[in-house]
Amino acid sequence: MSAAPKTIPGAANTPFAFTAENQVEAERIFAKYPVARARSAILPLLDLAQRQEGWVSRAVVEAVASMTKVAPIMVWEVATFYTMYNLEPIGRFHVEVCTNLPCWLRGSEDVVRAARDVFGVEIGQTSADGLVTLSQAECLGACVNAPMLQIGDDYYEDLDYDRAKALFTAMKQGRHVNGGSQAGRRCSAPMGDLTSLTTDPTTPEGGRWTAESSPAAGGGADGPR
Amino acid sequence: MLLSDKDRIFTNLYGIHDWALAGARARGDWDGTKAILTMGPDWIIDQVKASGLRGRGGAGFPTGLKWSFMPKSVGERPHYLVVNADEGEPGTCKDRDMMRNDPHKLLEGCLIAGFAMHAHAAYIYIRGEFYREAERLEAAIVQAEEAGLLGDDACGSGWPFRVYVHRGAGAYICGEETALIQSLEGKKGQPRLKPPFPAGVGLYGCPTTVNNVESIAVVPTILRRGAEWFAGIGREKNTGTKVFCISGHVNTPCNVEEAMSIPLRTLIETHAGGVRGGWDNLLAVIPGGASVPLIPKDICDDVLMDFDSLRDVKSGLGTAAVMVMDKSTDVVAAIARLSDFYQHESCGQCTPCREGCGWMARVMHRLVTGDADIEEIDILEDVTRQVEGHTICALGDAAAWPIQGLIRHFRPELERRIRARKGSSGPVQVPTAAE
Repeated sequence: MSAAPKTIPGAANTPFAFTAENQVEAERIFAKYPVARARSAILPLLDLAQRQEGWVSRAVVEAVASMTKVAPIMVWEVATFYTMYNLEPIGRFHVEVCTNLPCWLRGSEDVVRAARDVFGVEIGQTSADGLVTLSQAECLGACVNAPMLQIGDDYYEDLDYDRAKALFTAMKQGRHVNGGSQAGRRCSAPMGDLTSLTTDPTTPEGGRWTAESSPAAGGGADGPR
Repeated sequence: MLLSDKDRIFTNLYGIHDWALAGARARGDWDGTKAILTMGPDWIIDQVKASGLRGRGGAGFPTGLKWSFMPKSVGERPHYLVVNADEGEPGTCKDRDMMRNDPHKLLEGCLIAGFAMHAHAAYIYIRGEFYREAERLEAAIVQAEEAGLLGDDACGSGWPFRVYVHRGAGAYICGEETALIQSLEGKKGQPRLKPPFPAGVGLYGCPTTVNNVESIAVVPTILRRGAEWFAGIGREKNTGTKVFCISGHVNTPCNVEEAMSIPLRTLIETHAGGVRGGWDNLLAVIPGGASVPLIPKDICDDVLMDFDSLRDVKSGLGTAAVMVMDKSTDVVAAIARLSDFYQHESCGQCTPCREGCGWMARVMHRLVTGDADIEEIDILEDVTRQVEGHTICALGDAAAWPIQGLIRHFRPELERRIRARKGSSGPVQVPTAAE
């Protein structure tokens, strides 16, 4: 956890309110939890507010506290505990490069170098044009597609210096690049020939079968249609 | 013996086929779910016990036994199933593929497991960074509800059951089950003291069972193919299939579902294209996610990938995330990187972990350059023992074990660096009692 301010920073006079659309989403979030447990909505509401505002301001904290009927400090301690909440404004794109062991073994340092070369920033900095904030991420859970990074909601995987540079250059030029493997792999399958899952999965040989002794044998009311 | 596709559970692990309900049903998901539920909770739990399924999240606790700890009937407090999809153990990326490519397996598993534990609701706690995967799960839930598979009368069983997706916000510690519950309640993810255990006092103070994604998602298939089928794969007490994540210095990193107890070398050479530069270029493997001690090549040569075999070589299966390091690896820097990770992720609640993780990381970084004294290796080892077992949760243990593994197997390398540095900056200082 990065060092957090001791008190909730920022003036409370920057007003915050969810847009009508996000208000609907907030209601959908509340409906997931028992009525008396509205506090459970704190994490998703902070996320929703950050999507709207770009960061979690003091006004956001107070609004979420009011909606979930807890003291603002209880929302603030959540906001400071979790790394995904930005406690100050950041660049338009948040580029988070995983540097944990599996990515490091496969060259995450080259990805960081590519970001430095294209955007002129070090980890923790925002580019002068406000386009990009570069962060170091802990393991993002895409280790067999290392090295990888996250931008917003998308993962960019199977990078090396050149692929990362191409991605960053496209961002600088305002071109969209689809997330996923940048080397043309399908999810976590091995590159090249498959070593498993080569059989039609709708057939018994491919894994669709039920033992005769199972109550599920013969399908049942909700069986195959 | 290698697993054949016939015995694979996650038949769309790579997302080659349709993830949605129609595709999932074509692959056999939701086949006869009602008939399974009709057998009743006790039958389901007995079958899961008989299958030998051990939790796939790292600890390897028998899943059926865990379920049996829940109260046998519902009192004043409702029961909850919570699925741990906070996948954050470095090296581990299996749950992500199950959720985005086979989401209906998890949902069907939630219904069956929830029903067996008298729960009407399941929360899937998914790490916040898995936004696309959460979207996929939400979409699959809508499909299942529209088809009547989940909802007020799940699969026509008369059992109301709903599944909710709750996204985390970036904290490794929330993969610990009581921290996860705290987080789900809208609090900081700091682990709770046990007892009371979640089966007695869990989410909202109610009986709760927390299971890993894979543990839940394999259950429907086990009940369709039979407990004896699952129990017949692997070795005794280490049964079934397992999704392995093979990363690092291999030619073709991948996830793959294989038989439990497959030899490590076979796993790497069959599915991951072998070690970069050949098997003899192997330095060490971390076989079960960042928390387990590494094993050097001579152990890798013939070790089996299961709970007991890896425990016997003082490591662990953990999440079955296999991180391969070839001889080009600076193994001290690799472990130091993990120490940084644990320092970053310590929740700060227990003093040995909060202070110890930072201390261990600082010493590890000095050992990378050899800027230390020989006896500090023993001091470091001693400190890992003071952290291990002295904290509320296992994060302290997880921070200690990789360092213990390094010292156990690479002490000569640590000493070499210290001597080399001293040699380069003047005469070698031999510590004496007077110093």
